[in-house]
Amino acid sequence: MADKALLKEFEAIVGADNVMSAEAETHAYSYDAAVLDSVAPAVVVRPTETEQLGAITALCNKHGLPLTVRGAGTNLSGGTIPSKGGVVVLTGALNKILELNMDDLYARVQPGVITAKFAAEVASKGLFYPPDPGSQTVSTLGGNVAENAGGLRGLKYGVTKDYLMGISFYDVNGDLVKSGSRTVKCVTGYNLPGLMVASEGTLGVFNEITFKLIPPPQAAQSMMAVFDDVLDASRTVSAIIAAKILPATLEFMDNFTIRTVDNFRKAGLPTDAAALLLIEVDGHPAQVAEEAEKVEKICKEHNAKSVEVAKDAEHRAKVWQARRDALPALANLKPTCVLEDATVPRSRIPAMMEALARISKEFDLTIGTFGHAGDGNLHPTILTDKRNEQEWHRVEKAIDAIFDEALAMGGTLSGEHGIGLAKSKYMEQETSRATIEYSRRMKKSLDPKGILNPGKIISALLD
Amino acid sequence: MADIQKLVTMLKELDDQLVSCMRCGMCQAVCPVFAETGREADVTRGKLALLDGLAGEILKDPKGVKEQLDRCLLCGTCQANCPSGVHVMDIFLKARAILTGYFGLSPAKRIIFKQLLTRPELFNKLTTFGSKFQGMFAKPVNDVLGTSCARFQAPLIADRHFPSLAAKPFHKSTKPMDEPAGKSGVRVAFYPGCMVDKVYPGVGHAVLKVLKHHGVGVFMPHGQACCGIPALSSGDRESFEKMVATNADLFSNADFDYILTPCATCSATLKEIWPTMVDNESLKARIGPVADKVMDVSEFLVNVLGVEAMEGAAGKKVTYHDPCHLRNSLKVTAQPRTVLQASKNASFVELPNAATCCGCGGSFSLHHYEISKKIGDLKAKTVEDSGAETLATSCPACMMQIADRLSQRGHSIPVKHVIEVYAESLGS
Ligand SMILES: Cc1cc2nc3c(=O)[nH]c(=O)nc-3n(C[C@H](O)[C@H](O)[C@H](O)COP(=O)(O)OP(=O)(O)OC[C@H]3O[C@@H](n4cnc5c(N)ncnc54)[C@H](O)[C@@H]3O)c2cc1C
Ligand code: SF4
Ligand code: SF4
Ligand code: SF4
Repeated sequence: MADKALLKEFEAIVGADNVMSAEAETHAYSYDAAVLDSVAPAVVVRPTETEQLGAITALCNKHGLPLTVRGAGTNLSGGTIPSKGGVVVLTGALNKILELNMDDLYARVQPGVITAKFAAEVASKGLFYPPDPGSQTVSTLGGNVAENAGGLRGLKYGVTKDYLMGISFYDVNGDLVKSGSRTVKCVTGYNLPGLMVASEGTLGVFNEITFKLIPPPQAAQSMMAVFDDVLDASRTVSAIIAAKILPATLEFMDNFTIRTVDNFRKAGLPTDAAALLLIEVDGHPAQVAEEAEKVEKICKEHNAKSVEVAKDAEHRAKVWQARRDALPALANLKPTCVLEDATVPRSRIPAMMEALARISKEFDLTIGTFGHAGDGNLHPTILTDKRNEQEWHRVEKAIDAIFDEALAMGGTLSGEHGIGLAKSKYMEQETSRATIEYSRRMKKSLDPKGILNPGKIISALLD
Repeated sequence: MADIQKLVTMLKELDDQLVSCMRCGMCQAVCPVFAETGREADVTRGKLALLDGLAGEILKDPKGVKEQLDRCLLCGTCQANCPSGVHVMDIFLKARAILTGYFGLSPAKRIIFKQLLTRPELFNKLTTFGSKFQGMFAKPVNDVLGTSCARFQAPLIADRHFPSLAAKPFHKSTKPMDEPAGKSGVRVAFYPGCMVDKVYPGVGHAVLKVLKHHGVGVFMPHGQACCGIPALSSGDRESFEKMVATNADLFSNADFDYILTPCATCSATLKEIWPTMVDNESLKARIGPVADKVMDVSEFLVNVLGVEAMEGAAGKKVTYHDPCHLRNSLKVTAQPRTVLQASKNASFVELPNAATCCGCGGSFSLHHYEISKKIGDLKAKTVEDSGAETLATSCPACMMQIADRLSQRGHSIPVKHVIEVYAESLGS
């Protein structure tokens, strides 16, 4: 419980209704979507005007209070688990789309706007905002920037950072920093928008974001290719790209996931297949027709048992439902579901699949793998019960092993879920001691008291 | 008050169900209460975390948790959309029972559930009395009924625009029935539910008219008790079981093909909650076969009698609101629309966001009137914007809530039960 005087100060900024300190309220902000221990904050504040963000930040800094900004709390790396005795700042009420500019193709938004709502609003104006994380119906744009979220369309259309033109944020003193611009080109000063991407709330508190919008593709074609051999499927991925075709989406599912999904919705998937590729090409109708044909051919050349091309919108929806069902179906199997996002260069996907099979055997764990094959971003999903201590210990070991493998292949710790608390300890392994020291010096000078989301990304102890 | 250790032990029994929530937060997209308040403790994930915290003794404020748990419409939308398949309704109902066991039932509820709803005859007398004198004695009636049936405490709240208790409840204007199967070859048991009985008897008469038209034999004993959901959602499992037992006495030995109700909540309660929430084994065995035969009225008309949509019906524009319990629990969405499309003097238009909750939620609307009102206004606005001349739905509680909101907003769009629209089209 925070002391009364302090609560009064917060109340003066956001009003008494928007300050929560009762146990049964603060406990609801002690976790996020990562499988980690929860920590309740002392106070939760819910600003209703973006200016209040600055005042809150300044107040926290004055008192040396740890401050964690929370969008929807769907990140998978513990980024919104607060520090003990800290303050959680909610952006849910800062949910206005400030401008949709049809002439210059950009949008200005507050950080709490929900991703899918924004995309729908943009679409209703005949434009396109491509980043579509699986959590888009609830995740916020502020959270997307802070995690550099990506989605199914990452391969062709890129991720959140590729649409970020400008961002303004409050520094620890509560002063407003403006960066980037509404112009397509801008090289004024340091690339601060770039610095804010993937900063996970450790460098500043975003109050307004400017995104680039693009014209939508006119046509799309989806297909499902069935393979008897995981390696054939993986090689197909490289072959498609090598043929200079960039599908909008190129997703992978292993046999375990296929069977689980089929069992979940009885969708009539080929349960004996070793792997599925779900592919969508989009663009100009003529180009789509040509590319779809080529992709089909490449799949067959790489021993695809069958390639099902979606006949109509309904059929297309069915193909993607199978992909959307992957996580829920797996999550239904066991109480705890650890979703990792180890990412490797595309050409190493076959090797990574072999490594995952080995790890699953070695640690005697059930692992289902699906993910964004097109960008090498796999989601090995470990199914377990965290209450089983012995097994949980093996899970932790298996996660270490997965990252060892991914890094050894020139891959990365996180394709999209961020580092947060969960992967901070592996940071040095991927980068270098100097990288962490550099980042820490930067953090120290920008946030001398270390109040901005402490403990995240670069804070695991160096030996 | 029992001791807290006992509470923790009881909550631990929920553990297996609680751990299945993976905290993904996807429930935020669908919870109508969260949409209004934006507070995590109001959405499923938050409530499950609070229960988990209480069970794990990380959190030591059972009263606070109970208050948060009560801020829920029990609409089941989260459960229907939960990727992890968490049995949210089961957890919430059990947790409410556990917490109520710990704190004890409020004195008003104690009287209402234990003395009134468990005794259908007395309940009937009192509401008849209430209906005669409600103008004069609004206050005393309010005291008794104000917190009684989760489904019709609402009409007695001061500033609402509510339908009054019917001058003549359904059971007074009908005799007990025990007919053989008619030309359809089907015989059904009819369970009107207390809200139809006491507030919307017209719906009950419409059902009988339709059944007669199709040659369906009806078995309808008098003395039916409430389905028990008001008691259960307030955490009173004992009274709930008593009500179930009274109904079991009437229905479990009778011979019929289906048991029909025109109340979405009753259907869901009979079919899903009776078998899962009754503890007593012999009672469970008796009600199992009854629960298996439960059908919503529209579902019966379409699936069993084969009522079909007609081409180009040209009547008044009618639209449809999906009651949560019909859609989320029983997955019945197509049949009520088909029945409307089978009604000669109605032309059906789809309602945007037909599936969002109307915000009633039984006692929720009493304790959290402001939130309930806002959720209801969203629904009323889409109805107004749809240009429909009639709003039809399949749950009397939704009828009441939506009629209240429309009327408060100055719109006189009639609100009817689907079966009423259909019955009217059959002529007299
Ligand atoms: C089912 C599921 C599917 C998912 N699918 C994907 C996917 O396909 N791709 C993907 O990339 N991710 C995915 N995620 C992860 C997650 O949804 C994303 O990281 C998302 O961007 C988080 O958004 P949020 O609003 O929930 O942010 P939060 O989780 O609330 O916060 C994330 C981080 O952003 C910081 N932050 C939030 N707002 C601000 C602000 N205004 N200023 C400064 N810092 C801020 C927080 O402090 C925190 O460190 C998925 C998660 C789930 C549960
Ligand atoms: S959607 Fe289901 S699993 Fe996800 S947080 Fe809500 S209740 Fe838990
Ligand atoms: S039952 Fe309805 S109101 Fe209650 S938590 Fe679920 S979605 Fe929200
Ligand atoms: S759900 Fe139906 S029977 Fe049950 S209390 Fe409500 S109206 Fe009465």
